[in-house]
Amino acid sequence: MTLAHPFSATRRLILQSAGSVALLGLGGLSFGPAPALAAANDKYPEDAFKQKSDADAIKVLYGKTHEASDKVKLDAPEIAENGAVVPISVTTTLTDVISISFFVSENPNALAASYQIPAGTVPSVANRLKMAKTCNVTAIVESGGKLYSAVKEVKVTVGGCGG
Amino acid sequence: MASTIRVRAISNGDTTEVQALIQHPMDSGFVKDAQGQVIPAHFIQQLTFEHGGKTVFVADWGPAVSKDPYVKFAFKGGNKGDEIKIGWVDNKGASDATTAKIQ
Repeated sequence: MTLAHPFSATRRLILQSAGSVALLGLGGLSFGPAPALAAANDKYPEDAFKQKSDADAIKVLYGKTHEASDKVKLDAPEIAENGAVVPISVTTTLTDVISISFFVSENPNALAASYQIPAGTVPSVANRLKMAKTCNVTAIVESGGKLYSAVKEVKVTVGGCGG
Repeated sequence: MASTIRVRAISNGDTTEVQALIQHPMDSGFVKDAQGQVIPAHFIQQLTFEHGGKTVFVADWGPAVSKDPYVKFAFKGGNKGDEIKIGWVDNKGASDATTAKIQ
């Protein structure tokens, strides 16, 4: 009987490590031996992406209120002919930026994209988003524990979220 | 199969500018096909860039990012010839990864 104890303990250990390997696989950053990528704040913010309104999405993603700032520069077209591909970019002169997020208020789910900016990365992002119809695009920059935002209305001629 | 990721990383002195273009349908789950069936959501959730063993940029994407997504950013450091690792995972668990040399 005494022999069984160390055996089962080992077995448990093996099972545990197998479990964590499987979890890493689900996190799925597919670089194989690079567990450093799976840091806690790298988690995909699934709940925030499910929120319908931009206010709710900001609340779930950050849990804070934001203030408008002229240090955040949102570059988006006045009129987007094709709502499926709207080029939008953000630059900021703020320092210690941790993340930049984009919200499209009239989309079915307001949060479009959220970018994590590690130290040493320039706080500037350009991407292309879909827009259902004419509405405000909000960019939020998280810096020094605060949220700064810029808003711009983009007129959309043909919506990009399908009928 | 050719990689779905096309990356151009250009070093200009103290910063490296990275542009990436990925082939992916980015289906939002709201669009119907010709038969009136909803095309299920299929989109990239996370895209990661790594340089010298350090993560330099992470994109968390929802279905509102355009088809064949494009992203541009820059980071400090990086020399010509350095390797950048890029990888993505979508909501169906599919993934792809590639490396690119800084030019």
